[in-house]
Amino acid sequence: MKRFIGFIKKEFYHIFRDRRSLFILFGMPIAQIMLFGFAITNEINNVDIAILDHSKDATTKEIINKISASKYFSIKQMLTREAEIASVFEKGHVKAVLNFEKDFSQKLIKDNKATVQIITDATDPNTANTISNYVNAILQTYQKEINKDIVISYQIVPQTRMVYNPELKSVYMFVPGVMTIILMLVSAMMTSISITREKELGTMEILLVSPLKPIQVIVGKVFPYIFLSIINAIVIVMLSIFIFKMPVQGSLFLLGLESVLFIITALALGILISTISATQQTAMMISLMGLMLPVILLSGFIFPISSMPLPLQLISNIIPAKWFIIIIKGIMLKGVGLQYIWKETLILVGMTVFFIALSVKKYKIRLE
Amino acid sequence: MNNNKVIQVEGLTKTFGDFTAVNAITFEVEKGEIFGFLGANGAGKTTAMKMLIGISNPTSGKANVAGFDVFTHAEDIKKNIGYMSQKFALYDDLTVKENITFFGGIYGLPRKRIKEKSEILIQELGLEKVANTLVGALPLGWKQKLSFSVSLIHDPKIVFLDEPTGGVDPITRRQFWEMIYKAAHEGTTVFVTTHYMDEAEYCDRVSIMVNGKIEALDTPKKLKEQFKVDNMNDVFLKLARG
Repeated sequence: MKRFIGFIKKEFYHIFRDRRSLFILFGMPIAQIMLFGFAITNEINNVDIAILDHSKDATTKEIINKISASKYFSIKQMLTREAEIASVFEKGHVKAVLNFEKDFSQKLIKDNKATVQIITDATDPNTANTISNYVNAILQTYQKEINKDIVISYQIVPQTRMVYNPELKSVYMFVPGVMTIILMLVSAMMTSISITREKELGTMEILLVSPLKPIQVIVGKVFPYIFLSIINAIVIVMLSIFIFKMPVQGSLFLLGLESVLFIITALALGILISTISATQQTAMMISLMGLMLPVILLSGFIFPISSMPLPLQLISNIIPAKWFIIIIKGIMLKGVGLQYIWKETLILVGMTVFFIALSVKKYKIRLE
Repeated sequence: MNNNKVIQVEGLTKTFGDFTAVNAITFEVEKGEIFGFLGANGAGKTTAMKMLIGISNPTSGKANVAGFDVFTHAEDIKKNIGYMSQKFALYDDLTVKENITFFGGIYGLPRKRIKEKSEILIQELGLEKVANTLVGALPLGWKQKLSFSVSLIHDPKIVFLDEPTGGVDPITRRQFWEMIYKAAHEGTTVFVTTHYMDEAEYCDRVSIMVNGKIEALDTPKKLKEQFKVDNMNDVFLKLARG
């Protein structure tokens, strides 16, 4: 045990004396969560739009007022001619133009129908889509208001309710994702690098010739990262609670346990990577290409798995991050207990056992 | 077994598939001896050494190191031997003292003993001024000497040195050999592989491996007589060329 403590002390010296690993360990999680939380967002806020109002009557004025009163849009320009539409888009001043047809109020009263054209800049398709949805919503509300005394027969009234994230905050989706990325990065990449480093330096050989057992060496190498990953997980959850006001609905204890499980999965992957790579560079490349990309692209973090082509959906099943994201989204947003996520948990446990068994086997072969 | 024989090897063999890296080697090393283990690159020196230090399982044969069988008691062997590899193997980002403490620790030395040892060691090597400097900042020669001392920290019965003087200047090599002599004089058996034939002259006995077999084994003096040459380099060349 004393040998083990000395070993861990040495690992911490390595970590704290290397600025690069310190940055990855502590700078990165905070930077990422801040970036994803504040800068990268799917919501729209204060989008600049222009208006071309051919009628300038009471109704259009009221609609325009409603639009400018919402926090989503700010009216940058009032256009006077159709020709100007193309030029404002080209200059990139506005993201959308609302084009009210002539005699808007009159038509509305006489024909029961008037048209407003929503033109959006779809170079960024997501934003364009969101803008058009928001404008539509405002128009719908207004329409209901003016129709409230009239009874219309055969009407379908959709009532939409967004559960678990009623304000549709994107941070709700980013926190679980970023947490997964960080835990994967810290646990798998850092351990694989730190183990291959010993191989590269030749110290691994010295350690193996010493009375320390190989298992002690490996556990000693990964232990500090378990500890640091747990601290990272705590920091991320604290940031999301206190800075982004994203409450954790479920049990913090369960969240902690599941996180430790995922950390161990990632560590096992890290050990596996270190057994197949001879240099730190290789270990880093394998970790980045083999782990980070799938975590970002195929785990359902950013792109929904259900809309992927079938082969990719199948591949996504072997990515541990996918299951962990389902688990922590369940705990953090829905507040579910183990009875709803035991399947995912079991899959992670299975994967972990598999990775550990595989790396033990590889490790033995290497020793031969 | 004879207590004076700290290494006894009989017909030790290691094969990798069809390739026989070490082919039935047999030799003995006595206590306090400096035993030179020579051979060209790929002759099987390192593989043979790895079997003796318990990190590679022999395919067949018998081997007893420091009184323990390599097949059944590899873990006991590890406690009784020191090892220094051809790669310089201390931690660059730990200080001189921290390195000594760490290696003392993994060999299970009590804290008090580590403290005493590290003071003696630092004093002997004249490293007082740099005791708290990161090892990475030291010149290679110093590191090499420190690395050797660290491999002796637990007073092993045998120390295995794998090309210990690679890339070191002649003066440091000289000092290094003085340290080896001192250790041998104090009763530690030294098992050393080397490329430098002048170093082979310093050994009590040398064995020369060619293609996995030990082709010659005797004192440098007798080997030179046997091959009718006047230096070890020529002995080696005659053997290696067949």
